[in-house]
Amino acid sequence: MNNTKIESIVGRYNGDATRLMDILIDIQDEMGCIPDDSIQQLSRILDISKVDIEQTLTFYHFLSKTPRGKFTIYLNNSAVANMFGRKEVAQAFEDAAGCKFGEVTSDGLIGLFNTSCIGMNDQEPAAIINNAVFTRLTPFRAKEIIRDLRKGKSIPELFVAGYGDGNNSSDLIHAVVNNHIMKKGAVLAENYELGISTHRAMEMSPEAVIEEVKKSNIRGRGGAGFPTGLKWEFCRKSPGEKHFVFCNADEGEPGTFKDRVILTEKPDMIFEGMTIGAYAIGAEEGILYLRYEYKYLQDFLEKHLEDLRQKNLLGKNILGNPDFNFDIRIQFGAGAYVCGEESALLESAEGKRGEPRDRPPFPVEKGYLQQPTIVNNVETFCSVVKVIQNGGDWYRTLGTKESSGTKLLSVSGDCRFPGVYEVEWGFSVNDILDMVGTDKDQVQAVQVGGPSGSCIAPNEFSRILCFTDLATGGSLIIIGKHRNLLRDIALNFTDFFIEESCGSCTPCRALTPILRNKLVKIIEGKGVMSDLRDLENWSKIMKTNRCGLGQTAVNPILSSLKNFRDLYTSKIQQDVAYDQGFRMDEAVAEACQATYRGFNY
Amino acid sequence: MNQIIKIEIDGQVCMGQKGQYLVDVARENGIYIPTLCNIIGMKPRGACRLCTVRVNGKLMTSCTTPISNGMQVETKSEELDNLRNGIIELMFAEGNHFCPACEKSGNCELQALAYRFRISVPRFPFQFPQRDIEAGHPLLIKDHNRCILCKRCIRAIKDESGKSIFAFTKRGPKVGISIDTTLSAKMDKTLAQKAVEICPVGAILPRAQAFRSPIGTRKYDKTPIGEEESSKKDPVAL
Amino acid sequence: MKKAVIATTSLAGCFGCHMSLLDIDAKILDLIELVEFDKSPINDLKTFTRECDIGLIEGGCCNSENVEVLKDFRKHCKILISVGECAIMGGLPALRNNIPVKECLEEAYLNGPSVAGNNEAGIIPNDDELPILLNKVYPCHDIVKIDYHLPGCPPRAGLIWEALYALLTNQKIDLPYELVKYD
Repeated sequence: MNNTKIESIVGRYNGDATRLMDILIDIQDEMGCIPDDSIQQLSRILDISKVDIEQTLTFYHFLSKTPRGKFTIYLNNSAVANMFGRKEVAQAFEDAAGCKFGEVTSDGLIGLFNTSCIGMNDQEPAAIINNAVFTRLTPFRAKEIIRDLRKGKSIPELFVAGYGDGNNSSDLIHAVVNNHIMKKGAVLAENYELGISTHRAMEMSPEAVIEEVKKSNIRGRGGAGFPTGLKWEFCRKSPGEKHFVFCNADEGEPGTFKDRVILTEKPDMIFEGMTIGAYAIGAEEGILYLRYEYKYLQDFLEKHLEDLRQKNLLGKNILGNPDFNFDIRIQFGAGAYVCGEESALLESAEGKRGEPRDRPPFPVEKGYLQQPTIVNNVETFCSVVKVIQNGGDWYRTLGTKESSGTKLLSVSGDCRFPGVYEVEWGFSVNDILDMVGTDKDQVQAVQVGGPSGSCIAPNEFSRILCFTDLATGGSLIIIGKHRNLLRDIALNFTDFFIEESCGSCTPCRALTPILRNKLVKIIEGKGVMSDLRDLENWSKIMKTNRCGLGQTAVNPILSSLKNFRDLYTSKIQQDVAYDQGFRMDEAVAEACQATYRGFNY
Repeated sequence: MNQIIKIEIDGQVCMGQKGQYLVDVARENGIYIPTLCNIIGMKPRGACRLCTVRVNGKLMTSCTTPISNGMQVETKSEELDNLRNGIIELMFAEGNHFCPACEKSGNCELQALAYRFRISVPRFPFQFPQRDIEAGHPLLIKDHNRCILCKRCIRAIKDESGKSIFAFTKRGPKVGISIDTTLSAKMDKTLAQKAVEICPVGAILPRAQAFRSPIGTRKYDKTPIGEEESSKKDPVAL
Repeated sequence: MKKAVIATTSLAGCFGCHMSLLDIDAKILDLIELVEFDKSPINDLKTFTRECDIGLIEGGCCNSENVEVLKDFRKHCKILISVGECAIMGGLPALRNNIPVKECLEEAYLNGPSVAGNNEAGIIPNDDELPILLNKVYPCHDIVKIDYHLPGCPPRAGLIWEALYALLTNQKIDLPYELVKYD
């Protein structure tokens, strides 16, 4: 790429090296990849070392130093995609394209790549092709897509059956994605009117806004459940040159897709929530950290931001208040689940590897660019809008005593009506199973809270969704009796964590693959009783990892071992006390082949 | 202004100054907490997790935790010993650590820790990963087989304008140290020597010099790692 | 007192660990008071003649024969000890673990500097009597259960002595710092 082109891209971000993510994404958008010579130039222009660029570049799944094809197909390999025929679709893609996953066709037209959950669990198998989403793929459809691309069709010409429901059909999205909103509550209700809450907030003092949020007892909706009002209060009180508001739209927990639906249907509400947060903590800049998988929403969201500026709900002197300026920009990620962890998200937004930070200090003290920062989930901001509109007392009438308000659930897997359900806290898993259309006799397990959550058996279906019992970021994957729980769920989830580990902490990086191999050994029938003890004892070391990803990376194994022990013991060799998995015939196969001799053992 | 803070480590009252990290306070009070990625005097990164202790009941890395008044710290227990040994053993299993042929043997911190805790074999299966040796540099050899990914070189070795020479690339189990070809070519002998010294294991080695001290005279042949620290018993001057 | 019976073998090893065992100097006389040897290169006994109390394994498993010998040891010995780095972690032979077996064989028999021109027929030995190389060199505990590990290359003579003496006299094995070394 020529120098001036790179210079002009860097110029868009004023030569600011903390905007490296945007710069790399732009270079890749223009060139299809980020080759060595452009790294060299970038290093010179930004005056940072090449390895500092490479450390960021190579961290993110969607960034590449080598071309990934004119059309790059990222096929989701989450557990639910596999439940609904991903394997056959992948095979069809490979057959039709003539290359394997991880490769690009020799003519450079098509690249096939695996990717972690893209937030479409209610319409799998799904893939992203050049930022456009394709859902409910079949082997036939895969062949058709490749055929059409070979014919020279463009991405919009590939859509043959219209677009999805709601705003998915709007001109600025045009996606074949469906919202599948199955139940509406406070956040998804139709009665939302833009601006009311901002008005109301600005009639109050920032401290009073925080008090109201505290009164509502709302806790973070991303999964960790930290009290929102407290977070805002800490941040407001932290000294700094600037304060920042971040919205965490990096929903990457496999099985979670509710933020996608909010982003599609209630973008203004998110931005309004961020504005209220900004007013409360005293911030002038807000950043929506959006996962790259949702890039198809970019134009739509930018348009909404522009409209809000026109309406004086963003920008200078919001609603005529001479002391309140606030604007929002969108920061894209580039494929890294760990960036959903708030401090990793901030690192990423600063143009670095998405490695979680050591705490303390917490982001409310030293966050984005070392300034006090709140990072809240998409749904949290929307809920706050309702809190301010109707009051904290009203909000507390929803849900349970300790868990106030509503929760958006992303329901997928073996049920008749997958989709988004907004319910008050306090329903049992059984209630949910009734609601989403399952034959409970046919349910083997429910994965609550995604891979990092727990895999529960029917004897626990009476447990309650709330912060004091089954806390969840909102994902429920229903697993039928006909599924192979160890291979299709536990192993898939463990592979996901290995793929998504940042690699910084020793146990997360080194132990997860070792435990994964033990699981495979058991699945292959080579396990012995001591393997189960090893899984339980060794995984204790995972508690020393820095972040939630690392600490929960072997939950898929531990949780299935705890709740479905029979599945493990039934695969254990009964009369063998010691077996590390060595098999003579496998071990000599290579040498036998190389020396043309047979082996009888 | 220095503010004195009182904490308790394994039942022993210890003094430190506000803003100090737990690991440093422990050391200054004659209590050794094993570390690998930590560099005394540099901003910590908590990468290896070896210095994990219980702080007010919670597992925390002592290199990244600033002390606060009344902190209750536990550094020794069956649980913590198990976690600590586990992490050391993981490092041996994760890489290709063939001590008999390693130039750093006897002076290696990872090995010394394993000696200190009498580890005869890791509980984990050896992974035998495929890793390279980079021998193109005029002053240094980078043997990735032995790298424990502690990030010490990343943090401590910068060029004169503060630019990184070493950095992590990729992620998860594929993570590795990358060396900036342009900047490393400009390294002088002093900086190269510093890189060798900062590496706790034998992953960064000087060219054309090895096995200088005979067996029996090396750093950890007779004295366990941490002995110096724990024999110091030199509480911070009040 | 009935003497304990010891068996020893060197699998993919260099006999350095056996040398180290003999290096206990005058204590060898004490040892002989405590034990007698069954299958071992020390007395050149090729097969087991009875059940043994302790088996000392030097070397890891690089071929099919090593595996068979090791399994035979497990069958005949109450206590099995990995002696030295090769038995514990593959050691020097395991440096080939990341090179495909075919490449190793070709280097050894076809392309290596020491064979160049001496194997014109280009034959890689494959007689059925020969042991078959494994895909990698395995630590002994990857194949059978190992009860104790004595590290070192070789383990210090004192370490072997201390460990054996403790085992033979039913004492707790408490190895001194100076003796536990990996090189």
